[in-house]
Amino acid sequence: MSFRHKHIIALRDLNKEEIELLISTAESMREINSREIKKVPTLRGKTIINLFYESSTRTRTSFEIAAKRLSADTINISPSTSSATKGETLADTALNLLAMGPDIIIMRHAVSGSHYFLAQKVSCSIINAGDGAHEHPSQGLLDMLTMKDKFGRLDGLKVAIVGDITHSRVARSNIQGLTKLGSSVFVAGPPTMIPPGVEKLGDVTVCGTMKEAIQDADVVMMLRIQQERQGKTLMPNTREYARYFGLNPVNLKLAKPDAMVMHPGPINRGVEMSSYVVDGDQSHILKQVENGVAVRMSMLYHVSGGGSME
Amino acid sequence: MATSETVLLDQPGINRALTRIAHEILERNKGVEALALVGIRSGGDHLAALLQKRINEIEKVDVPLGAVDITMYRDDLAARGSLPVGKTDIPFALDGKRIVLVDDVLYTGRTIRAAMDALIDLGRPRSIQLAVLIDRGHRELPIRADYVGRNVPTAQEEDVKVTFDDHRLPVEVRLVKP
Repeated sequence: MSFRHKHIIALRDLNKEEIELLISTAESMREINSREIKKVPTLRGKTIINLFYESSTRTRTSFEIAAKRLSADTINISPSTSSATKGETLADTALNLLAMGPDIIIMRHAVSGSHYFLAQKVSCSIINAGDGAHEHPSQGLLDMLTMKDKFGRLDGLKVAIVGDITHSRVARSNIQGLTKLGSSVFVAGPPTMIPPGVEKLGDVTVCGTMKEAIQDADVVMMLRIQQERQGKTLMPNTREYARYFGLNPVNLKLAKPDAMVMHPGPINRGVEMSSYVVDGDQSHILKQVENGVAVRMSMLYHVSGGGSME
Repeated sequence: MATSETVLLDQPGINRALTRIAHEILERNKGVEALALVGIRSGGDHLAALLQKRINEIEKVDVPLGAVDITMYRDDLAARGSLPVGKTDIPFALDGKRIVLVDDVLYTGRTIRAAMDALIDLGRPRSIQLAVLIDRGHRELPIRADYVGRNVPTAQEEDVKVTFDDHRLPVEVRLVKP
């Protein structure tokens, strides 16, 4: 099968086969990343713009490396150097960028759904590198690839996601992808951080306590407490949060003995996870980062081909 | 519209062609020194494995065997859309090797061009030779095969299909007329 989407904005928009294709292509891309000369000519002559309205190290560099390994030309635009600080609207910025003839715009934006708006305004492909509290599809895909590496499958896995589900685009993309591929998702967090209706997204169970969520889990995914996004009203303080919803060597024992621990980064050590767990044997956090490049190569490759099929 | 199919080569015919090609490879390279086989996915990799077996039967040596996936080197991504990407698996150093590239059908030559680019990205072989089961003509690039199972004159709208069974053994070669 071939990929038939011009944009990748949300895993909600993709079906099971398309998600599986993106993951299996990423597995093939890893072979390129293990070579001495890490470059193939697939996207030669394509221009890719990295447009990041929110700060990012991992995602932006990972997309940039992915594009360069496929021989595309990349340009990075961040708000501090763009006209957005001078009051230009997103639509105007996009039209101006379009005049430079990009083939793909990779955007991160604080407003949920802004990519759908952008996709209507421009003729090139759009890839979502995170939009507000909506989705972060490349993170969801790389998390699923990392789980598949360990277990060889996603079907039938029990995945616990713990933390601020409401503000987490990582959680949303994982829930969308994992439930389509047959995993069961258990979420836990302070009641103020559980979005109403999350159980309607698929095979999702809302747990009252963290213990309930991680009991016998194959995967424990901890989310970052996003102090920049939530204000001060959702929890009393980080110490109390760490006591009830932090992962430490003691409560990790509730999960299966070979359970994997994941975190999208950057980590608040001592808040959502203790350093013993972050640096422990069960931690797959750096593998996630490593898989990020392969997954993003797969996404760039498929939107480049997919656009021509429409 | 009805399609008609003719069998160009049956299983014994394919086997005889592969045996002859194995002998020709050994004759031209004066043995197995620095020799290595690389099959192009998918089809060529199965044939390369059979050639390795034939060469072992003659010389009692297993020559290195690899497979190359050329999807990322195609020049028609925009026209064909993205295809599933297979894995390139070459478990030996290419530098200084006499590589025999193996494919099932030689047609425009674009696949071979892509495969040569892929190999050269991985190392510096001493030479690259080309073995194909069927040469059906209509080249678009200055490429020719060193070893050919059978030359088949075809029309451009026809299709040549090499079928394999579940054990990756070739069954037959068919000419499909539209």
